[in-house]
Amino acid sequence: MEMKDTRSGFGAGLTELGQTNENVVALCADLTGSLKMGDFATKHPDRFFQVGIAEANMIGMAAGLTVGGKIPFTGTFANFSTARVYDQIRQTISYSEKNVKICASHAGLTLGEDGATHQTLEDIGMMKMLPGMVVINPCDYNQTKAATIAIADYVGPVYLRFGRPKVPNFTPKNQDFKIGKALHLEEGTDVSIFATGHLVWQALEAQIELKKQGISAEVINIHTIKPLDNNAILESVKKTKCVVTAEEHQMNGGLGDSIAQLLSRELPTPLEMVAMNDSFGESGPPMKLMEKYGLTSKEIIQSAKKAISRK
Amino acid sequence: MTKIPKLENITIQVRRDIVRMVHDNNSGHPGGSLGCAEFMVALYFEVMNHDKNFKMDGIGEDIFYLSNGHISPVWYSVLARSGYFSVSELATFRKLNSRLQGHPATEEGLEGIRMSSGSLGQGLSVALGTCQAKKLNNDNSIVYTLHGDGELQEGQNWEAIMYAAGNKVDNIIATVDYNQKQIDGSLEDVLPMGDLKAKFEAFGWMVFEEERGNDMESILNVLNAAKSETKKGKPIVILLYTEMGNGVDYMMGTHKWHGSAPNDEQLEIALSQNEETLGDY
Repeated sequence: MEMKDTRSGFGAGLTELGQTNENVVALCADLTGSLKMGDFATKHPDRFFQVGIAEANMIGMAAGLTVGGKIPFTGTFANFSTARVYDQIRQTISYSEKNVKICASHAGLTLGEDGATHQTLEDIGMMKMLPGMVVINPCDYNQTKAATIAIADYVGPVYLRFGRPKVPNFTPKNQDFKIGKALHLEEGTDVSIFATGHLVWQALEAQIELKKQGISAEVINIHTIKPLDNNAILESVKKTKCVVTAEEHQMNGGLGDSIAQLLSRELPTPLEMVAMNDSFGESGPPMKLMEKYGLTSKEIIQSAKKAISRK
Repeated sequence: MTKIPKLENITIQVRRDIVRMVHDNNSGHPGGSLGCAEFMVALYFEVMNHDKNFKMDGIGEDIFYLSNGHISPVWYSVLARSGYFSVSELATFRKLNSRLQGHPATEEGLEGIRMSSGSLGQGLSVALGTCQAKKLNNDNSIVYTLHGDGELQEGQNWEAIMYAAGNKVDNIIATVDYNQKQIDGSLEDVLPMGDLKAKFEAFGWMVFEEERGNDMESILNVLNAAKSETKKGKPIVILLYTEMGNGVDYMMGTHKWHGSAPNDEQLEIALSQNEETLGDY
């Protein structure tokens, strides 16, 4: 399996947009290398704005660039893309309905050794609460590249979340990315596993192990947390009658929270969440952190069995 | 009527609009609105090249952003009196289902408003983005902004001030409403700002100071002087010394009318000091 980082998928998508859409501009707050925006910056220096370590100014400038017809993509770490500039996003992008793409790397625990100050695990919740904000968390390099290209054609604010480490690149090259469309990766009948971001691969590994143990798990990639693909979720749950959600994010405010809301309204169903349980992370190698905080296929398997037992 | 008296006549009507709007709701911000009435009239009726047939992208037009969004009454009045929307709509200010929100908003498509503001300190960044878009579009028009002086206490301004000089954003004219007052009292008491001119100059801006910030001719002169210095590699700021509450005697010389409305009797006094010129809404 080819291993690639999702942030490089973003960089590749941005490079392609540089060639295909002259209205696309990019802003970065002193993390051009980390965000893989260097290629765009080199090829289109007039359309690249290095703002320095000044994220609030970057968000305001991005909003202002839309007045004049530009499609700004901002790039910095997820923490500085959301929590640090929440009020700026709320007033000048969300409430003002501006066509800005907030692109956030190094999300979650897998940022690794830099530790909890940088490991944002609350960003999906913050961003999905903003009216009109689309929230996307693709699972691998190919999907992040496709999502980056797709959001340029969507008119409205988008939060695109991706990560730092190299992870399996398993979805098709040059895939057609549809915002808000859940993707069935495995069909199953006993339990529905809804996963997002880096946890999608873990869900697929869990599915293989569960199959060996005689349990048929359906795996669905929810790359778009908002708007949520309600129909795909409800159709799957009608069949399997129990649910596991999996994400690299706090339980409060994440994908599991969105699906629990949907199901409690439409189809009350036993549901187990694999997510951060109200704690901060810490320094360490990415996969060791995921193991310590229970965000791997092992916990998905345990949760699947528990969900099935609650039917 | 020659130019200056004509603009002053409009200003008197704008003052009436401001106090009537705020009185009608018993809420809003009359002090700063009145202090900037001459400046806003000068911009919209004389200085800016703009089109009342509103287009969000503003390509080929001068653009204005109000960063200190709480003085929305003066902006709404000037926009309506410029023909962006009907003056009768001023009667809906701060009421339920109105497009004239307490602080400016774009959500319901109010003509003339390109960005929501109210949470302070964000307007300069927004304006710089639009300045850069104009440069990319080979659009020679100018972006104007207005900021409160107390608003400069917000740190984001200084991020933007640094960016503008460092990147030679020279198609902006920012104006600071330098009335030296904020909600809790005088700037000097709340948080002394020191020498603002020296601060801007140290950051690489060209600074104009106008001590007669409620005198129409002085405002036109400083704006025209500033305009002639655009496109020369430096961002421009005007420190406009204004009188909060200008034109209504009992609102002047105090910070107390920052965010409170006149009662019926006070309204009558304010209106008697500003006789109707263009017809009330």
